[in-house]
Amino acid sequence: MGAVRRFSGSPWLLLLPSIVLLVLLFGWPLAQGVLAAFRDGDGFTLAHWERLFGDPYFLRALRNTVLLIVIVVPVQLVLATGMALLTQARPRFLRTHFAIWCVPLAVSELAAGLVWLSIFTDRGYLNSLLVSLGLSENGVSWLGYQNTASMLFVVVVAEVWRATSLVFVILVAGVQVIPRDFDEAAQVFGASAWQRLWQVTIPLLTPSLRVALILRTILALQAFAVAQALTGRDFPLLVGETYQWYVNLQNPAVASAVALVVLVLSLGSAAFYLRAMRGQEAR
Amino acid sequence: MRSVSRRAVLAGALGAFAGGCTGFATTGTTGMVFLSTQFRPVAEAERFRGVLARTVPDQVSYVTVEEGPFATQVRSQVDAGATRVGLLGGVHGDLAPLAGGYLEDVTAVADGLRDRGFSAEHLALAKVGTDRAWYVPWAQATFVLAAHADALQHLPPGADVDALSYDQFLDWAIAARRANGNRPVLGLPAGPKGLLHRFLQGYLLPSFTGGQITAFRSPEAVRAWQYLRELWANCAPASTTYDFMQEPLAAREVSIAWDHVVRLASAPERDPANWRMAPAPRGNAGLGYMAVVLGLAIPKGSTDPELAKKVIGAFSRPQAQADLLRANGFFPVLSGDLPDGLPPAITLQAAAVGRQRRAAGAILSLPPVGLGSREGEVTKAFKDSFRSIILDGADIQSTLDAQAKVLNGVLADLRTPCWAPDPPSPVCEVA
Repeated sequence: MGAVRRFSGSPWLLLLPSIVLLVLLFGWPLAQGVLAAFRDGDGFTLAHWERLFGDPYFLRALRNTVLLIVIVVPVQLVLATGMALLTQARPRFLRTHFAIWCVPLAVSELAAGLVWLSIFTDRGYLNSLLVSLGLSENGVSWLGYQNTASMLFVVVVAEVWRATSLVFVILVAGVQVIPRDFDEAAQVFGASAWQRLWQVTIPLLTPSLRVALILRTILALQAFAVAQALTGRDFPLLVGETYQWYVNLQNPAVASAVALVVLVLSLGSAAFYLRAMRGQEAR
Repeated sequence: MRSVSRRAVLAGALGAFAGGCTGFATTGTTGMVFLSTQFRPVAEAERFRGVLARTVPDQVSYVTVEEGPFATQVRSQVDAGATRVGLLGGVHGDLAPLAGGYLEDVTAVADGLRDRGFSAEHLALAKVGTDRAWYVPWAQATFVLAAHADALQHLPPGADVDALSYDQFLDWAIAARRANGNRPVLGLPAGPKGLLHRFLQGYLLPSFTGGQITAFRSPEAVRAWQYLRELWANCAPASTTYDFMQEPLAAREVSIAWDHVVRLASAPERDPANWRMAPAPRGNAGLGYMAVVLGLAIPKGSTDPELAKKVIGAFSRPQAQADLLRANGFFPVLSGDLPDGLPPAITLQAAAVGRQRRAAGAILSLPPVGLGSREGEVTKAFKDSFRSIILDGADIQSTLDAQAKVLNGVLADLRTPCWAPDPPSPVCEVA
């Protein structure tokens, strides 16, 4: 960073309106949110955090959120990379495939949750199918409160369906800027398809992968409408808890505390990706 | 199909959330504003506007708003000396905290309507512990049991469905489950929008302990939760997704259920002859039941007190009371016979509601009173106890101790007196 150490006022003047706007619309509410989590009528307090950690939903929501990220993000990454490379191969009807794969982008989170609910609910399409095929007598209670594993599975399926297309679109953009000459050169030198993928394409995709990973992880941390639609409060997620405390319980202080947990997780995961993937680019 | 109903409920929740942000619309309203926390769903509000137009010829705009904003609106308007509302409607718990400083004394109005046949306990309730009336009873609702004929044949020997004990109720659920190939036929509204917490607050705990808050972690309360564990083992597991019991009942997923009368109304529609509605069971302490009493009040500085009094008078006529019952399923607050020609479900319910109220040793509970926006947190303590004890199998006494601490924390902030069935101590807390 060889910055020019010559102060001149003009860029700051030009930046001033946007700085003011950001401070007012983001900085100030952020500071208020942080303060709200640590303050009550008498000044500094940790009571809201005690309340939060004593709440039977909080640790479960934390666990579910982390589980969801750990499962959904890698699955989506692999799927989306595969899909992006398939589009690179220019199959027939490429435009149609592309359009179909992008449909979930246009579907709202809640609507997606409700569509999957109609499939997985006790008397939904899936159970009707199972019963009519004679595979099950009364269907499976996929979303029963006692089947945490199957609830997780259903939420994962719905999330994968809903959000893979976002990763896909980012990666397609990334794949398209890779010049074809690299691939052709590798072919000339006799590299196998597998080698070309691992030695040429993936390293060049790293910037896009990083963007996709950070975006997807932060969005997965914010997922809640799908789980809400599918399971109500049987499969709590952190952002759902924020909503619950703020709207239904009208307790902004505890809601801010949950939101801070989400913030720390988002920052932490983004920092982790940036560090982990910096090394690869240098190679 | 339940998925459809969940969809509708979610959509409704989103709508309510969006609507709740806006305060209340003052555009396009003419005449006196009648601000109310009741009949918020669009269909119910429209039906009520119909009732209002038939009851009072004058221009009255019925505006609905959620409980929290309701209290804020009234307080801020009266404090500013700029009341823009003529008449208020809400449950006892919405109006009681406003008594004194924010409501007009309506003793004279209530006395003038004395011959209409209000029940003494409702009139006492409307005094909110003072010597003057602060609102006039408007309508009431409660919760009852509904059962299909298929289930009735499995009643334990010697049990009367109209006078069950909690033990008989459990035996009935077990017998009905066994007769149904071991699949439970009892359902409880434990869904995200279900009212199971009212079952805990007004039925189970008062029937076992005689109180709602004070005896929250007593040995009797532990027994009540042990009982609920056994009962839950005989409940349909999908109960955690049931919001309105009329849907699983009508779909015959379950054939015995407990819920709010309005949320049971459509279950018997197709074959009313095969359905029964019954009062809640009775425990060792008595027959605990919860009544939701709606009242009409006049805010201080009302825009049109004369018209407000006229509306109150009009709604205390049997005709208007019956009209409201037909439209939205809330029961009259007047003694006297119900009119003929009511929907069959309401006729069934009316008998059960009457029996429940008149039962020997009936213990009336109210939904929490005077907690304003913190009501959700008090109710959460009951819901969380249910989740921990019943769904997660946590230890009963230690869960109740932990939740009692949460309850006392919220109640200590508020310093409100206890409400029925707990004795009216100056500051409510768990013993």
